[in-house]
Amino acid sequence: MRLSAVDLACHRGGRDVFAGVSFAVGSGEALTVTGRNGAGKSSLLRCIIGLVRIAHGRLTLEDGNSELSIAEQTHYLGHQDALKPSLSVAENLRFWAGFFGARTAKIAAPLAAVGLDTLADLPAAYLSAGQRRRLSIARLVAVERPIWLLDEPSSALDAAAQDRLGELMRQHLAGGGLILAATHGPIGLAGARELRLGAAT
Amino acid sequence: MSALAALLVRDMRLAVRVGGGALMGVLFFLVVVTLTPFALGPDLALLKRIGPAILWLAALLASLLALDRLFASDHEDGSLDLILMSRAPLELVVAVKGLAHWLTTGLPLIVAAPLIGLFLNLDPPAEAALMLTLLVGTPALTFIGLIGAAISVALRRGGLLLAVIVLPLTVPVLIFGVAAANAAVTGPVPFGTPFTILCALTLASLVVGPFAAAAALRQEME
Repeated sequence: MRLSAVDLACHRGGRDVFAGVSFAVGSGEALTVTGRNGAGKSSLLRCIIGLVRIAHGRLTLEDGNSELSIAEQTHYLGHQDALKPSLSVAENLRFWAGFFGARTAKIAAPLAAVGLDTLADLPAAYLSAGQRRRLSIARLVAVERPIWLLDEPSSALDAAAQDRLGELMRQHLAGGGLILAATHGPIGLAGARELRLGAAT
Repeated sequence: MSALAALLVRDMRLAVRVGGGALMGVLFFLVVVTLTPFALGPDLALLKRIGPAILWLAALLASLLALDRLFASDHEDGSLDLILMSRAPLELVVAVKGLAHWLTTGLPLIVAAPLIGLFLNLDPPAEAALMLTLLVGTPALTFIGLIGAAISVALRRGGLLLAVIVLPLTVPVLIFGVAAANAAVTGPVPFGTPFTILCALTLASLVVGPFAAAAALRQEME
């Protein structure tokens, strides 16, 4: 599996966010997207899953499941955690697992993987920012999808949780997945290549 | 569990939890209808004549109440991004959200209607006819409302805009809903004529609503 982009450009709000971006990521590879604030890191990730229209250029996925679109083979971890405060931790995760088509909604293992298994019955309203982030990450573990798009994945996470996230990402890569992560700092992926946005301007 | 079933269960669960819209709609309905006899005075003939119209108006406003949060809350917490990535067609996703909204706000109104019909001096046959018109008509209110909810999704105070967009579109449903209920109470028009048109309006909105709302959402998310 190989996700590649050639000469990608994006306009938002009448402004060029980025242009001429090319990259290729294969199975087992990770690419970190870096750049100053407003360089278009989030927009690039949103372009890939079709939430922002691609103004110019081409995005292709080779050796993927040809019956599914790129978005349907992708996990997107955005800035927002997509949690409902009035649902419990388990209900939130079970919903997303069901919505993304997990055949069996086994949520105990993903919750344990992010260290939230003891809080399963707590309403999500009572979670801290870092715990909300971890619950969001549990979604990626609960449903298997080959492409992970992570937008500032380690924000609000403490050191232990960052280590755990690094471990999950390494497992994902070892299983043949690929990762694109927009980030400002190191996220614990040795050997990840870097795509720098907005360097020319 | 399929994506759509999961979404239906979640939306219904959210509606009945704290901060959800289910109880709010039916309480609003009860309050409006209960206040009417106090405002109009104990004129039983008058109440009987305008009773169906009041119940219909209250049902229309009550079903608007929870609509503005239908997509906006998913938009604010990022859920809508993930929902848009779904394998299920967006039109079906929107229709399922509409169904959940109707089951939690429309259906309770219909159950409550005969009880509060007593306040408006409606006799049992009239109440049965009224329930039937509400059962057929309220899905149209929800599915027309979906369009407004989708258009106002990214606005912070979208509720007012929603009412301005949606209320004019619901006028035909209101006219034929009340006409059918009145025909059953007082005549002289046969019940079937306006009722059939009401059915047609509902069927049309069930088709048009999800497509228009999905198109609006796609446009909005750009």
